[in-house]
Amino acid sequence: MGDLTYELPSDLRTIETFVESLLEHGRRIGFNADRLRLNLRVCVSEAIANAMLYGNRQDPGKRVRIHARFAPHQITIRVTDEGRGFDPSRLPDPTTPANIRRSRGRGIFLIRQLMDGVQFNEKGNSIEMVLLNGPGGPVAHSA
Amino acid sequence: MSFDVQKRNDITVIDVKGQLIVGNRQELKQKVLDELEAGARKFLVDFAGTGYIDSSGLGVLVSLSKKIREQGGELRLANLNEDLRTLFELTKLDTLFQIANNREDALASF
Repeated sequence: MGDLTYELPSDLRTIETFVESLLEHGRRIGFNADRLRLNLRVCVSEAIANAMLYGNRQDPGKRVRIHARFAPHQITIRVTDEGRGFDPSRLPDPTTPANIRRSRGRGIFLIRQLMDGVQFNEKGNSIEMVLLNGPGGPVAHSA
Repeated sequence: MSFDVQKRNDITVIDVKGQLIVGNRQELKQKVLDELEAGARKFLVDFAGTGYIDSSGLGVLVSLSKKIREQGGELRLANLNEDLRTLFELTKLDTLFQIANNREDALASF
C-alpha cells in the first residue's frame, strides 16, 4: 500500500483517466467494487473538478495535487489546489425547495453523502476524504 | 461521450452514451436548446448508455428542465442505472424529474 502523490494540470479532460487509475489501485487491494465505482469515483472526480474550476479557475499555470493512501480497510484522498480557498461552511444545502432548482452546488454535498470522513484545511483550498471499506451507496453519516 | 437524437412522433429522444460530466454537459445543453428553438416541446433523455453523471451533469439537467418548462414543454428521463438513481435520490432530484424505468414507459407518459 503506501502513499501516492500526483499532480494534474488544470485540465478537466485529465480527470476521467486519472480517477480510473485510482480505482484500479483500489481494485488491486481488494476494496469493495461498488464503493470504488460509486463513492470513490464520484467524490474524487468532484473534488478534482472543483479544484480545477473554482480553486485554480482553470488557469493552465496552476496545478492540482492529489495525495492518496490505499489500505485494505480505508482509502484517504487529499486534493489541493493553488487557489485562494473558500469557506465550505457557507455552502447552502442544494436539496431544499429554495435551492433544488439551482444548476450548481451539488458537488461537495455529494462528497459529504458518499465519504465517511470529509475535512477541509483552514484556508479552504484542500479537501481530505476518507472512505472506509464496505458496501457501496450513501454512508450512514458523514463529517 | 456522444448524443444521438431521434424523433418518436412529437417526442425528441436523446440517447446519452458515455459519461455526462463537466467537460461535455454544454453539448447536451446546446442540442436540447437547438431542438427547442426548432419547436420541439417533448423531450426524453435516455441514459441506458450512461454509467456516470457528475454534479455538473445533474446541473445541466436541472437547467434544461427549467428552460423546457418555460417553453411549455415536458422532460422525462429514463433508464437510470442503480448508481445514477442513487445520485438522483441523494440530491432529491428524483422529486424534480419524472423518471421512468425504461424508454417505452417514458414515451407512454407524455
